[in-house]
Amino acid sequence: MGPFRLAEIPPATRYLSPTGELVGAETPMSDELAIRGLRCMLLGRRFDERSISLQRQGRMVTLAPGIGQEAASVGAAMALNQRIDWIVPQYREIAGQLWHGLPLRVAFLWHMGHPLGFDVPQGVNMLPFQASVAGQIPHAVGLAWGLKLLRTGGSVVTFFGDGATSEGDFHEAANLAGVMKAPVVMVCQNNRWAISTPVEQQTASPTLAQKAVAYGIHGAQCDGNDLFAVYATVQAAVARARAGEGASLIEALTYRLGLHTTADDPTRYVPAGEPAEWQLKDPIVRLQRYLMAKGAITESDLEEIEATVKEELAEAWKEAQHEPSPDPQHFFARGFAEPARRLLRQLDDLGPRADA
Amino acid sequence: MTWGLERMPEITLLEAINQAMHLEMDRDERVVVVGEDVAKSGGVFRATDGLLQKFGPDRIFDMPLAEGVVVGSSIGLAIAGLVPVAEIQFMGFAHNAFSQIVDQLARVRSRSCGRFHAQVTVRMPYGGGVRTPEFHSDAFEAQFAQAPGLKVVCPSNPRDAKGLLLAAIRDPDPVLFLEPLKGYRLVRGEVPDGDFTTPIGEAAVVRPGRDCTLIAWSAGVQLALRAAEDAAQHGIEVEVIDLRSLVPLDVNTLVKSVMRTGRAVVVQEAPLTAGFAAEVVSTIQEEAFFSLQAPIRRVGAPDAAYPVQLLEEHYIPSPERVLRAIRATLKD
Repeated sequence: MGPFRLAEIPPATRYLSPTGELVGAETPMSDELAIRGLRCMLLGRRFDERSISLQRQGRMVTLAPGIGQEAASVGAAMALNQRIDWIVPQYREIAGQLWHGLPLRVAFLWHMGHPLGFDVPQGVNMLPFQASVAGQIPHAVGLAWGLKLLRTGGSVVTFFGDGATSEGDFHEAANLAGVMKAPVVMVCQNNRWAISTPVEQQTASPTLAQKAVAYGIHGAQCDGNDLFAVYATVQAAVARARAGEGASLIEALTYRLGLHTTADDPTRYVPAGEPAEWQLKDPIVRLQRYLMAKGAITESDLEEIEATVKEELAEAWKEAQHEPSPDPQHFFARGFAEPARRLLRQLDDLGPRADA
Repeated sequence: MTWGLERMPEITLLEAINQAMHLEMDRDERVVVVGEDVAKSGGVFRATDGLLQKFGPDRIFDMPLAEGVVVGSSIGLAIAGLVPVAEIQFMGFAHNAFSQIVDQLARVRSRSCGRFHAQVTVRMPYGGGVRTPEFHSDAFEAQFAQAPGLKVVCPSNPRDAKGLLLAAIRDPDPVLFLEPLKGYRLVRGEVPDGDFTTPIGEAAVVRPGRDCTLIAWSAGVQLALRAAEDAAQHGIEVEVIDLRSLVPLDVNTLVKSVMRTGRAVVVQEAPLTAGFAAEVVSTIQEEAFFSLQAPIRRVGAPDAAYPVQLLEEHYIPSPERVLRAIRATLKD
């Protein structure tokens, strides 16, 4: 028997160069759809910027921005059918969640520390944010497997980062996804940093996508800062899932242009100059350049998009602020369908009900 | 009232569990069973025997050997609309699923503001005294009892095992269903053939008495009943309470009994420190302090790791140790 062959993953899919030139085949979506994608990416970017600013003013809790990673989440979300497909998020894919129907108001409430920040409205096929790294991946696989058993035709996209691939939950879930041929697309946003740990210290695997080979599932890499590449790659994976061909692990190569969280100081560990290099590969700028060069949008269209994004954010922020403060009695009792008498007595100790 | 209409055959605790699963999978086609070795082999203890043959491979699944994803994927299955009954082969390996049980399963309803809930039952045998290899005999039920959002039930006899398992599977919230490994084949009893549930959160007085209240659960109940029998030889009438559910805890039954007897001994199989007995003692102290005529005593394992087989009998509480505690509390 010869030596093991290293798992081979084809080169990362890419449609647009960092400067926005089409480098390959035809784009996988219409200009109209691309403009809608661009707008959603901008909404995510401006939401994060607004949130950081509000956090610095003491009006929001510690939060994890997704600046620089908008194409990775929006491109994946665009490949889904919102009616039957699900998103199971971690916490750095707000932009994609907005595409899939998460109201901006809920995203703001999350950053305010309000319990309703986890209240995904009925009809939106999405689980709440998940702060435990990789903890949601088994849920995504179980959900996908359940959708298959119930013959709903639905698939699941779950997001996580490069650090999550070191967790046992990732391994156990990817393994089960393979065994059960679950219609799940595991989208790893490899943003190169897990807080201060670079991906080279996270794993000795040359790529994260090649881990798929060991699980017997489909693996692919794509340029995570290229909306078209992410969309096409995830779309192909979703098509496989729908055709009964099982699970995929997609590695979207991207970069965390900002902080891990607002409590983090990346200057302590990120090599000087690295962020500047990646600024040149900004997914939003790249798509804008492409669309403008081909005349699909103009400078004034962009201004118009920015203006409506600003308006939408202002409206959602207003709504979030109008949300009444959570009533502790009400929320602590929500652990069970019918709270036990013992719990209700403990809640009485908290003081009178706000609504009494 | 159903005497003569309903058969009450005497069966083992294990058979009762198997019966409940057959019944519920038949009644509710959303119920699926997942776990290691549950389908083809019928479970290492045969708890799931016959389910594959009867319900087919789309209802019961042999899972990869990974407790975390047995529970974690059950959460997803439940959100999809199924009702999973997950088996962890031994509680001793449940720590591998601890984050999925405690951090995830228990919080599905609260963290999603009620949008989602996890109708998931996690069954696991636990406890020692049957000469299993290391790690297989641990009793750390108290660690789960501290996970808000989770119900923890622990039947001691076949009738309760069936009634509580049916209640657990039908409960919209996650239930940890702890089975006394030692009692699987040893404890027999009459169990109605048909469909019935035992309410979660209700303790049972399994032997009445006026001198001392003896509180136990799971395998500890058989031990307590033996100790009560021995105490009766010494003219001591012990009231034995089977908690049946740790969460929610039936405070009323405990308090009513202690208010009559004025004395209590709590038995747990786990190491003493921070075990569930401590919760029971605190609760009685808070609710019935002025009825107490003596300090409440606990009988448990020493604060040492569960030993290998030849040392087992020195480790888990014995009827003799329980009797000593009863006699001591009566002298206090």
